[in-house]
Amino acid sequence: MSKVIEGLYYSETHEYVRVEGEMGYVGITDYAQHELGNVVYVDMPEVGDEFEAGDEFGAVESVKAASDLNTPVGGTVEEVNDALEDEPGLVNKDAFENWIIKLKLADMAELDDLMDAEAYRKFIGE
Amino acid sequence: MAYKYFPHTQADLDVMLGRCGMTSLDDLYQDIPDDLVFKREYDLPDAMSEAEVRRYFDELGRKNVRLTCFAGAGFYDHYSPSVINHILDRSEFLTSYTPYQAEISQGTLQYIFEFQTMMAQLTGMEVSNASMYDGTTATAEAMMMAVSAAKKRNRVLVSATVNPLVRRVLDTYAKFHGVVLDEIAMDGGVTSFDDLKAKLAEGDVAGVIVATPNFYGIVEDYTGWADACHEAKALLIMHCNASALGVLKTPGEWGADVAVGDGQSLGIPLCYGGPGVGFLCTSKKLIRKMPGRIVGQTTDANGQRAFVLTLQAREQHIRREKATSNICSNQSLMALYVTIYMSLMGRKGLREVNELGYSGAHYLAKRLVESGKFELAFPDKPFLNEFAVKTEEDLDMLGTIGALNDINIGVRIDEDTLLICVTEQRTPDEIDQLADLLITPFSTDAEDDSQA
Amino acid sequence: MNNQYYSKLIFELSREGRQGYSLPRNEFVNHNLCDMPAQLLRQQEPKLPEVDELTVVRHYTNMSNNNFGVDTGFYPLGSCTMKYNPKINEDMAAHPDFTGLHPFQPAGTADGALEIYYNLQHSLAELSGMKEFTLNPFAGAHGELTGLMVMRSYHASRGEGETRRKVIVPDSAHGTNPASAAVCGLEVVTVKSLADGTVDVDDLRPLLDNTVAGMMMTNPNTLGIFERNIATIAAMVHEAGGLMYYDGANLNPLLGRCRPGDLGFDIMHINLHKTFSTPHGGGGPGSGPVGVREGLERFLPNPRVVKVSDDDGDSFMIQHGEESLGCISAFLGNFGVIMRAYAYILTLGHEHVKEVGPLATLNANYVKESLKDVYELPLDVVCKHEFVFDGLKDKSTGVTTLDVAKRLLDYGFHAPTIYFPLLFHEAMMIEPTETESIETLDAFIEVLRKIAGEASENPEMVKTAPHNTPVRRLDDTKAALEQIVTYQFE
Repeated sequence: MSKVIEGLYYSETHEYVRVEGEMGYVGITDYAQHELGNVVYVDMPEVGDEFEAGDEFGAVESVKAASDLNTPVGGTVEEVNDALEDEPGLVNKDAFENWIIKLKLADMAELDDLMDAEAYRKFIGE
Repeated sequence: MAYKYFPHTQADLDVMLGRCGMTSLDDLYQDIPDDLVFKREYDLPDAMSEAEVRRYFDELGRKNVRLTCFAGAGFYDHYSPSVINHILDRSEFLTSYTPYQAEISQGTLQYIFEFQTMMAQLTGMEVSNASMYDGTTATAEAMMMAVSAAKKRNRVLVSATVNPLVRRVLDTYAKFHGVVLDEIAMDGGVTSFDDLKAKLAEGDVAGVIVATPNFYGIVEDYTGWADACHEAKALLIMHCNASALGVLKTPGEWGADVAVGDGQSLGIPLCYGGPGVGFLCTSKKLIRKMPGRIVGQTTDANGQRAFVLTLQAREQHIRREKATSNICSNQSLMALYVTIYMSLMGRKGLREVNELGYSGAHYLAKRLVESGKFELAFPDKPFLNEFAVKTEEDLDMLGTIGALNDINIGVRIDEDTLLICVTEQRTPDEIDQLADLLITPFSTDAEDDSQA
Repeated sequence: MNNQYYSKLIFELSREGRQGYSLPRNEFVNHNLCDMPAQLLRQQEPKLPEVDELTVVRHYTNMSNNNFGVDTGFYPLGSCTMKYNPKINEDMAAHPDFTGLHPFQPAGTADGALEIYYNLQHSLAELSGMKEFTLNPFAGAHGELTGLMVMRSYHASRGEGETRRKVIVPDSAHGTNPASAAVCGLEVVTVKSLADGTVDVDDLRPLLDNTVAGMMMTNPNTLGIFERNIATIAAMVHEAGGLMYYDGANLNPLLGRCRPGDLGFDIMHINLHKTFSTPHGGGGPGSGPVGVREGLERFLPNPRVVKVSDDDGDSFMIQHGEESLGCISAFLGNFGVIMRAYAYILTLGHEHVKEVGPLATLNANYVKESLKDVYELPLDVVCKHEFVFDGLKDKSTGVTTLDVAKRLLDYGFHAPTIYFPLLFHEAMMIEPTETESIETLDAFIEVLRKIAGEASENPEMVKTAPHNTPVRRLDDTKAALEQIVTYQFE
């Protein structure tokens, strides 16, 4: 059974957003890391890149699979999680602790289109 | 139906069809609409016995002429030690597929790992892939790699001194892939540094492609090039002749980001242009942008060292249209070829090969120039074993006389310019014979033949 | 197979001062490489091994013992057509009258080579129902790219080069299809498969408009099933102004029964290393000739080999066409592979080449029918050259397709293609080819049944397989994380 955390926003492509003020921390869910297996690489954008909701901003690779990363919300990249460059396996250790990008959110209203924990739990059939 | 490549006797067919609940082979094709079925005989020759096949190839072989080869221009006649073909004939290597099942493919994986190491050593780069189709396509892949690494910039500069065979393939790939390919001008046989700087200043450049030695055999001085490219955030891509890297300053030493080229010069027979083997080497930083297969070292469940295809998540079978390249194979057996070649030659052997070519080529160039009938196309430029000469003589006629004397005199690259290559394969007698023929074509035995 | 694993690397056998070569004396020593300006020469010597000849021979011979080839045993790798690679082909490719030919050979000195090249072009055209072929592409994926370039050149010639940029690819297609399309600057649109594995015509219909460059298909598809609606699909794509591309990876079962040109395809490639018996060589060299229907020949890549007939008979020439898409290789492709394929066609002749397809199809169906009670067969229909199991029927043991594949290695068989196509979770794609005997197939069937039994009785043993191979299961994650791709010298 995968971990789902209350208070986060979830997308159908298994990314989450944790909102702090006007910032959003985007990563993949515990369910997604479990499906992928051992993550060996995280392809991340550059600070300053701008994305709209749904845009592809990178990819996570395991040994035999790769998955595109789509941002659930639009915004400007404020920070990328450099720790994942040296140790991509952190995503497997704790997917929620190890976010991938920090976005300055463009439109808070976009969060309304996402699932809450309960809806996401249902979505992944747990 | 049994034939030498099909073991099916009538008894076998009966048992097998029975298992499938069928009575004839036609039943296997019931799902194909009748109007799509091919019903006539193929218009092909009758089956030949093995002896007839041999005779056929012998007969066609006699329509070819074996020539003493002074042609280069991208394909080089170097000696192939006997060992190589004997190893390549081992069917465990020859008849295997891409090493997906690593547990029973360590032979292939291990030699590719050795190949990658040797190519990295030869080019002075950090990493190498498992090989590419050939030097022209490897260069095209490097061009697309530069564009992909640059993300938003799609302009690539290519020196006018790069082999036109490579250039033509670049042109094709650029046209379809959406790369803007611009030429850096030539100045006296070498690439113009001033023109490079001017074109970099125009912006939008993702990569710069140069060659060592260049098409004219000249070894260019790329001092300052890597810095200029890197300041403009462009990758420096160097196309090289693998054999020449035994002695020439390496792409790594010049500060290049990608080294590409053809490994055919490492003893692979000319074989009318293929198969050869391409290579692509780069820095660790760019490894994920590198096209093609890569073998990596790991351990097995017992903890012993073993090798495996790695970084596969970049590739087409997983990434489909987002893959770094559409390439899903390598030129594996030819990679083994050059790996064995380099094992036998070592750094000393490779050096001697280059020394022999250098000495022979410079002796020949001197004889031609001293005759007064030829002059070096670029007199003050250093060359290794290939050089261009200009003449007022009729090069077509010289080529014909050469062929009548079983000599390929070189490659005519312009109305009045001949590109000549000398490898360690050419004996002093052959070199003198070519010089005599070029200098005094009508004083040799060829005269009678050509007028006959 | 010898499972005494030999794991040394050539670098570890190197001893300073040894050598494995002999070269002629240098007679022109007064012209010395030392005269070259020093800044143009390499400063650091390459660390290449220093070994004697016997050491080299033993090293690579021992390494070959860790490898499995078609000559070693049965190789039922789906979509790869691992048929027997006849030995006469090897001898012909090594013919000294051909191996010494330089691409820049004076006119009239390579006529034999050109004749073989032309004859193979012609034979492939006849076998596939296309008008003309080029043999220049180096591999199947390279052929796909070349074929798509032909497709774009055709639309460009009609002023639609920029508007027709979409290429339709079924979700069951080989991964190279979308990847080649992307390299060619085309946008990929996926069309779904029906439950029976064939293309969903209703899903296709709305995708067809004036932005479509064409559609790529393989037939039979990657599930080994003949696309029975092919004529309808081709008509729909043509109606929309697009071209049909045939991925020839699965051509083998059609030999003798069907020609892609007659199915409505306009452009195709053939893998000589699959259908025409040339060895895979551990991943290459291959060859991916591209054929086109009448009207598209002018776009084929340069250089071309053409036949000129006059009073003196036929002769063969190299030409560069004006409307060609350009060059995709330095010269005429992998000529050595071309010679092998032609030797194969001559050996079979018209009377035996037509037996290839039916016998390959029979072998596949025989294996399928013999195992479908213990392995999950999602599509229980007549297959062509290959078929796909979705793992073991009994899923309760936890034994996966990967485990079964690895256990097969213990019994001396190569594994099938696994986890492809992506339509099933536990895909196991089996292609026996026509060159295998009933005895070999029976032995394979027996082993797969035995493994199914082992999966119930001793699943742990299957999950930890292989046990008898030169190395055990490898740590893929470690390889991807550490990225050691060259020997780490002391």
